[in-house]
Amino acid sequence: MSGSAFHRFANPGRFLRLASTVLPWLAAATALCFAVGLYFALFASPPDYQQGETVRIMYIHVPAAWIAMFAYGWVGLASAAALIWRHPLADVAAEAASPVGAVFTFVALVSGSLWGRPMWGTYWAWDARLTSFLLLFFLYLGHIALLNAFDDRQRGRRSAAVLAVVGLIDLPIIKFAVDWWNTLHQPASVIKMGGPSIDASMLRPLLIMALACQCYFFLTTFMRMRALLLEARQRTLATRRNTARPRNVAPVRGA
Amino acid sequence: MSEYLAMGGYAAFIWPSYGVAAVLLVVLFVLSARRLQAAERALDDKDSEGA
Repeated sequence: MSGSAFHRFANPGRFLRLASTVLPWLAAATALCFAVGLYFALFASPPDYQQGETVRIMYIHVPAAWIAMFAYGWVGLASAAALIWRHPLADVAAEAASPVGAVFTFVALVSGSLWGRPMWGTYWAWDARLTSFLLLFFLYLGHIALLNAFDDRQRGRRSAAVLAVVGLIDLPIIKFAVDWWNTLHQPASVIKMGGPSIDASMLRPLLIMALACQCYFFLTTFMRMRALLLEARQRTLATRRNTARPRNVAPVRGA
Repeated sequence: MSEYLAMGGYAAFIWPSYGVAAVLLVVLFVLSARRLQAAERALDDKDSEGA
């Protein structure tokens, strides 16, 4: 985002107003997408000819993994913006999104593991895709830990932002791990040259669930950003009142 | 119905996948919503004190 657009929407006051209008719509969209997505994922889609019913795990595993990576991109880019422009909303955007991304990463790891057991014969393998994705989870945990590690909030945010930006390197590694190394994990079948290579009956639940997870990400992240901004405003009010009070009080005798 | 729930013998892998996702997403949403409500309420109280 550049120039005027960035400044128009990156103003915290404007964001607060925008968020309160958008949140109810996002909540409705999230609920609707999950309802329709789950219907197709669990009822109105066929079993796979090789994977059988376990293909249904893909409808939560793949969207969770996509949003886990999207969320990290969000955290990393917001952190870069915070370090470069010192914009107050950028710090808040990174801090709010991190737990959401961590949850999606964990869901992708657990569901992948539960799919791997019957299909690969193992819950876990130290191969490139799985290991780089586990690293993503630790990057999230490190980011959250650093945010809370210092009494000085600003210092915590600065250190967390540096970690988040450095960690961005993990995203292309995850994406291309299946091409660069010989791994157990299958290569891309949706986002690739020449279009998706899976049947429409399976693409449908996958994409609707992905949309549901994307809506959930924005819903939860915007709620958390709003909370962080309101908490900051409250702290400012509290300190202003504490410093203002002595002037309003009558001088103490003998002081 | 029980045949559906058995998921072709893969019930032990499919339902926990969705279960973990559902529990974590709901818990995170509820925590975020509560935090937002608390922040909104605290600020309303501040305003009504006439500061």
